[in-house]
Amino acid sequence: MTIEDFISKLEAEFEDVEPGTLKAETSFRDIEDWSSMHALIVIALIDTEYDVILSGTDLQAANTINDLFELVRTKQ
Amino acid sequence: MVAASIKAVSYYLPSERLTNEDLFAQFGTLSPAEIFKRVGVRERPIRGKGQIGSDLAFESSLVLFDEHGVDKAEIDFLLFCTEGLDYKGPATACIMQDRLGLNKGIGAMDIPMGCAGFTNGLAIAKALIASGQSKNVLLQTADIPSSVIHPGDLDLRMLFGDAGASALISRCDDQFGIGNFVMGTDGSGAENLMVKRSNTRTPVDTKWLEEHKAVGGLEFGRMEMNGLEIFSFSMREVPSLVNDILAKNNLALEDVDLFVFHQANAFILKMLARKLRIDNEKVYNCMEYIGNTVSASVPIALAKASKEGKIKKGNTVLIAAFGIGYSWSGTIIKY
Repeated sequence: MTIEDFISKLEAEFEDVEPGTLKAETSFRDIEDWSSMHALIVIALIDTEYDVILSGTDLQAANTINDLFELVRTKQ
Repeated sequence: MVAASIKAVSYYLPSERLTNEDLFAQFGTLSPAEIFKRVGVRERPIRGKGQIGSDLAFESSLVLFDEHGVDKAEIDFLLFCTEGLDYKGPATACIMQDRLGLNKGIGAMDIPMGCAGFTNGLAIAKALIASGQSKNVLLQTADIPSSVIHPGDLDLRMLFGDAGASALISRCDDQFGIGNFVMGTDGSGAENLMVKRSNTRTPVDTKWLEEHKAVGGLEFGRMEMNGLEIFSFSMREVPSLVNDILAKNNLALEDVDLFVFHQANAFILKMLARKLRIDNEKVYNCMEYIGNTVSASVPIALAKASKEGKIKKGNTVLIAAFGIGYSWSGTIIKY
């Protein structure tokens, strides 16, 4: 898995995000209209695509998309 | 081996409704369409003034007797399941025996469980029948989550509805009926979904009542949910639960005609289907006008799916429920 691949999967999952707008250093909570629903979508995406289940605590400790990517990598 | 089957299921919804329009009018944040998109619910039944879980359970049993022509004299065990019992003592099931006019020569016990209450209760009902103790068990499940939700908590208010359900579980001598159960418990997750200040450990005190005066006192306590942890728990445990149920009943995923999960929220149902790689159409969802009714959700779903023709004679149905506790369980039902 690559960070580019991870980002494009996230972009595909968020209906209101244009492809190419997210970066590794993007703080995901700053994504426009970020809500608790998006957090669930992130957990579900990572679970179904990478077979890693993040806990709520894991997600709360992460800030950027790269943090999430690293988290998935270490747990895989 | 003596087998047990779910002979009949009925439910009762209180007449008051909380709509997405009502929530938008009060909060002004999420539009009715956005609320539906998030949780898959448009309306939730809400208890009438003073109405509690056992009242809804009682009504659902009257519907059961009427709809299915059940002779209450044949009931020889009563299980009443709820997170909101009438009293700390006596058991609500004892009061219910008298209220329903059931025989005195029966056993009657409470099961204080939530989301997994129906499947847990069904396991007990089956065991009572398989052991030869009973022939006809009435399993009531009823909850009034609206009574423990802070009126300012939109996340919970958009999800939960109040309801009661009754199921008659009876002895049967053929190959149809209730299969082998898988059960699980992880109390380390208790804090992630809990009705705070609701009983002996941390009772409501005058300070609490004063603090919540503006919202009616929250005298039964307050439900608090860590949505992220509950979602993470569901995605972790439910797929294994489903696979374990299949294995324990010598079935493959394709053998199941319909999956009836606890109606937690529509997003969880969709994600479970995706993770288990099953068609969305095979995962039953009746949340739109009911919401998440805690222990009543699975029997309501079974009753509705049967009425809609989505469960037919000869079908294999997998039921699985999960949540508060954490507690989870499920089995196969052959119709």
